[in-house]
Amino acid sequence: MKTKDRILKSLLYISTFVTVGVLLWIIGYILIKGVAHISWGFLSTSQTSEYNGILPIIISTLYLVFLGVVVATPIGVFAAIYLTEYAKQGRIVKVIRFATESLGAIPSIVFGLFGLIFFVVILRLQRSLVAGALTVTIMVLPTIIRATEEALKSVPREYREGSFALGASKFRTIFKVILPSAIPGILSAIILTIGRIVGESAAVFLTAGMVPRMPRGIFDPGRTLSVHMYILASEGISFDEAYATAVVLVVIVLIVNFAANKAVNLLKRSRMAS
Amino acid sequence: MRVGKLQMQLAALNDFKDRMLIRMILENERIEQRVLKPMKKMKWSDIFEWLIERVFFICAMFAVFSVAAITIFIFIKGLPAIREIGVLNFTLGSKWKPSANLFGILPMIAGSIFATIGAIAIGVPVGIFTAVFLAEVAPPKVANLVRPAVELLAGIPSVLYGFFGLVVIVPLVSDVFGGAGYSLLTASFILGVMILPTIISLSEAALRAVPNEYKEGALALGSSHINAVFTVLMPAAKSGIVAAIILGVGRAIGETMAVMLVAGNTPRIPGSILDPIRTMTTNIAMEMNYAVDLHFDALFGTGVVLFVFIMILNLVTYFFVHRNTAK
Repeated sequence: MKTKDRILKSLLYISTFVTVGVLLWIIGYILIKGVAHISWGFLSTSQTSEYNGILPIIISTLYLVFLGVVVATPIGVFAAIYLTEYAKQGRIVKVIRFATESLGAIPSIVFGLFGLIFFVVILRLQRSLVAGALTVTIMVLPTIIRATEEALKSVPREYREGSFALGASKFRTIFKVILPSAIPGILSAIILTIGRIVGESAAVFLTAGMVPRMPRGIFDPGRTLSVHMYILASEGISFDEAYATAVVLVVIVLIVNFAANKAVNLLKRSRMAS
Repeated sequence: MRVGKLQMQLAALNDFKDRMLIRMILENERIEQRVLKPMKKMKWSDIFEWLIERVFFICAMFAVFSVAAITIFIFIKGLPAIREIGVLNFTLGSKWKPSANLFGILPMIAGSIFATIGAIAIGVPVGIFTAVFLAEVAPPKVANLVRPAVELLAGIPSVLYGFFGLVVIVPLVSDVFGGAGYSLLTASFILGVMILPTIISLSEAALRAVPNEYKEGALALGSSHINAVFTVLMPAAKSGIVAAIILGVGRAIGETMAVMLVAGNTPRIPGSILDPIRTMTTNIAMEMNYAVDLHFDALFGTGVVLFVFIMILNLVTYFFVHRNTAK
């Protein structure tokens, strides 16, 4: 009996060690191998004779992130407000919840196919940053809705009751009382969304294209960091560039995760204080 | 002396009471004025409130519209191709040669299923054990270090997993087992790591949702802690853990870019775990950019099959989770 316990317990430790170890392995390997290939010129120029700078790639990524966040945030936050503040349990809410869950489970390549046929072909947006952004907007909706719902649910009931007792309307209560105190949670949702958009590749390369040129506007095609990373890795022409790009992605991921955690902690602390 | 002090306090209290009363009366009047005056305007604000609620409702329905649109468009584009090729030829055909008009996706279905089984074999035990560690064994300080690590694992883009697999795992597999290294094994390993966060966080939540009394009862009966965890806690959290695994399966089947970089992508049914595979997702992603006509539509057909797989998994999870909450 005791040996069995000991074996099981050591399995728990080993598994956790493996989980954390793999993470450190991936991040450590990429950072160690790649940092040497990063230079200011690499980040701040377009293609030169010396090397292929990734400035156009970074700009395209920023376009996609900005557009995606600007479109997805209001829709997602409003949807979450409806689900937590207005909706009564019923069939329609069940349908919305099932749809949100399904949306979260659909593989990104399927979003890519949909974006390709709907935004690129039917809406005649061509392969463009707009088409890519609209596609990722649908993709990230479940993330924003779920995180915002959590944030809204964590607002104490007394806030709402207090506001209603003072004669405030529902709309005023939501915008003056509930939303402000849920802001850190929503912020963390937006940050996570940014991370997902930056990391997305399968849906983006089918809709936003892979042209490594500086985009002149949102109707131009563009190549984002993740797509660039994929192309460098699969072509295998320049592994130095691939490592350098990987470092940029890793750093973004680290910043995004850190910032999202900070925002959540902010939310928790303000709840504790109140 | 003391009586005098008390009387003074009483007087002060009375004074305070009177002042409060006066203030309340004044306040009441003011409120009445405010309430009575805008009576006529009330209708406008009612309409406004109603409108706002509609706007929120439409935003909430956006997810429903999106799922419906995605389903409809994928099927509209994919089903005719499947019909033209023939349902059986398409799903059970073992030759994929677009140049010769052969569109059989059985190798890709097999590739997806094998890779997913491999991912489950690697990811599920490690994931569940880590979840148990986090929920039951880990001191808070350690758990607070491991949990962000798991979140970070979830935040790493799939293309980075693929790149890591390409530069580290592929050569490793090639060195240890021989062959090119682009294989079912490599893909399974990468997918197994990728589904870890899903499995860990959901299983941990399921374990934590089990009432403490269950474990305490087992402990009171003389069971050791670890024994109680495995014989009482885990069975009680079973449906949550199963839901976590199904979600992990969904992630593994749907993953594209990471698999594409490490799996070799040969459209043939693998004979061993060291053979290359091509999954449904990579089939779409690899050829979409140059496919035309029937080939293009056949890729959407592949999407239809993939979609059906995911939707079945989704329904199963949905009912699992519901049964769980119904209890």
